Amino acid sequence: MSTDTSPVSFPSVPGSHKPDAILVVDNVTRSFGGLTAVNVAHLEIPRRRITALIGPNGAGKTTLFNLLTGFDEPDTGEWKFNGLSLGGVPAYKVARRGMVRTFQLTKALSRMTIIDNMRLGARNQRGESVWRGIIRPAWASQEQEITQKAQDLLERFNLAHMRDELAGSLSGGQRKLLEMARALMVEPEMVMLDEPMAGVNPALKQSLLQHIKVLQDEGRTVLFVEHDMDMVREISDWIIVMAQGEVIAEGTFEDVGSNPAVVDAYLGSHHDVDLGDHA
Amino acid sequence: MNWGLILSNSFYTAISANAIAYMLVATGLNVHFGYTGLLNFGQAGFAAVGAYSLSIPISRFNWPWPCAVLLVIVSAVGLALLLGFTTLRLRADYLAIVTIAVAEIIRLSLNSVRFTWLTGGNDGLQGFTSFMEKINPFPQQGIWLWKQKIDGYRLWLLVSGWILLMVVATIVYLLMRSPWGRVLRSIREDEDAARSLGKNVFAYKMQSLMIGGVIGAIGGVWLVLDKQSSQPGDFATTFTFFSYTIIILGGVARVKGPVIGTMIFLFVIQLVDISLQQATKTTPSDPTPLLPTWLIDQNNYAQLRFMVAGFALAALVVFRPQGIFGDKREQAFDVH
Repeated sequence: MSTDTSPVSFPSVPGSHKPDAILVVDNVTRSFGGLTAVNVAHLEIPRRRITALIGPNGAGKTTLFNLLTGFDEPDTGEWKFNGLSLGGVPAYKVARRGMVRTFQLTKALSRMTIIDNMRLGARNQRGESVWRGIIRPAWASQEQEITQKAQDLLERFNLAHMRDELAGSLSGGQRKLLEMARALMVEPEMVMLDEPMAGVNPALKQSLLQHIKVLQDEGRTVLFVEHDMDMVREISDWIIVMAQGEVIAEGTFEDVGSNPAVVDAYLGSHHDVDLGDHA
Repeated sequence: MNWGLILSNSFYTAISANAIAYMLVATGLNVHFGYTGLLNFGQAGFAAVGAYSLSIPISRFNWPWPCAVLLVIVSAVGLALLLGFTTLRLRADYLAIVTIAVAEIIRLSLNSVRFTWLTGGNDGLQGFTSFMEKINPFPQQGIWLWKQKIDGYRLWLLVSGWILLMVVATIVYLLMRSPWGRVLRSIREDEDAARSLGKNVFAYKMQSLMIGGVIGAIGGVWLVLDKQSSQPGDFATTFTFFSYTIIILGGVARVKGPVIGTMIFLFVIQLVDISLQQATKTTPSDPTPLLPTWLIDQNNYAQLRFMVAGFALAALVVFRPQGIFGDKREQAFDVH
């Protein structure tokens, strides 16, 4: 797959059109009681790019993630992945179609070994059928291939020395690495990372950044939620800003940083006005 | 005190056909709870369905026994489907509530006067074991296991039961080391993670519920074959709780856990029971029991066996929380 490293030049308006967008969202809304958590009129995610989804706490970023990946159902709206609608498609089928997510609170399978965590991710395993599972020869050769692939990924993510440890013994940052490596076992076309840097120490951050860049080099699309602005600036091609459930801005880091709507969302609309009562 | 009889009787209790029934029921529960994380509190219901699917057709309708055995499996799968479709999409604790309720509904229905024409009500059903007696290859007089007599029918149940148990345990072992078993364990750890990796969690939970349910139903069959009578009282909630005790004792998510757990559980209970029975016994020739009557007598020793068993279990949980065969590392990261 070819990698497009040229600078992006999409229009910097919310819901802007991108040629060959991998994910197109229309009128997706979700409310919890009286609170509208997500209300996205139109959104397109560019293919083979690293797109950051940012916004203040409670902006609806994680809820949007849950909706898009089938972990929650929207009240209205539809969204298409590679031109096919994902409305009403259960989460496991979304993953099989090539859109794999990670979680804000990492879900390492604590009482399973790291290599088993990895093997689990592989698709179309013959031994995952109950009948063929009993007969080892039916899946042993495939298991060997899967193990080799898992081993290669573990080496890439510097976890190979711990392959037979239980995942529960990993540090918070290592769990993030494991979760990302495990997601790659599914061979996703698009990777959705929910706060990949949360709780990761600075030393590990750089390596995590490199791993995310490699995803793009491999031709994958990355969409991630993040609060760490250094990271957002360093690796994102495109940035989408949400506030109060809506997409309020899109653009490159520079575009978004100078957008008054974004500054308002983060700092409040009267941040530069003296509201003091000493006048 | 006749220690030879006490020990041989306790040992026989730990390996008898009755023990095999507990081992099978606990193995089924281990598939649900130990490997998949399904909090099934109605395993006694599966056992009851198995027992009555054998006894009703044979006693009441003179079915040939292979058809009744087939019905045992079909009804266990049916109960799993019923429980699964109603609760598996809900949170774990709902499964616990619904399963315990369904198991009690089954027991109370079997006990109900309205269905006595079918189930025999409180008296239960008898006379469904003749097929097992007919195919019994052992002589009727049986054997002596040290000082414990085992009749030919019970010896046959014991031998065939252990073979059956070995087959079931081997199947469970093969399944759990396969990629299929890996998916079950991932669901136990975090079902959303399994979903995010493309696993159809609902289908796997349903398969687990069916397989563990069928094993539990076979356990129920062995229980009533041993007693030669199926009665609703045998399938009370305590049966399920004993099964939990057994798998925690033996080691959760270990194939030999339910087997060893049952042996220890039944041995300890029987040993305490029969020792106290002998120690409080009075005869016309010897009116003074071994233990003073102000401490304990014939009328109240029976309750003590479960107190001692409970104390032993508590001590085990404190000093060896992973059970006899459990993996200490697995116990160390308890995320729930």
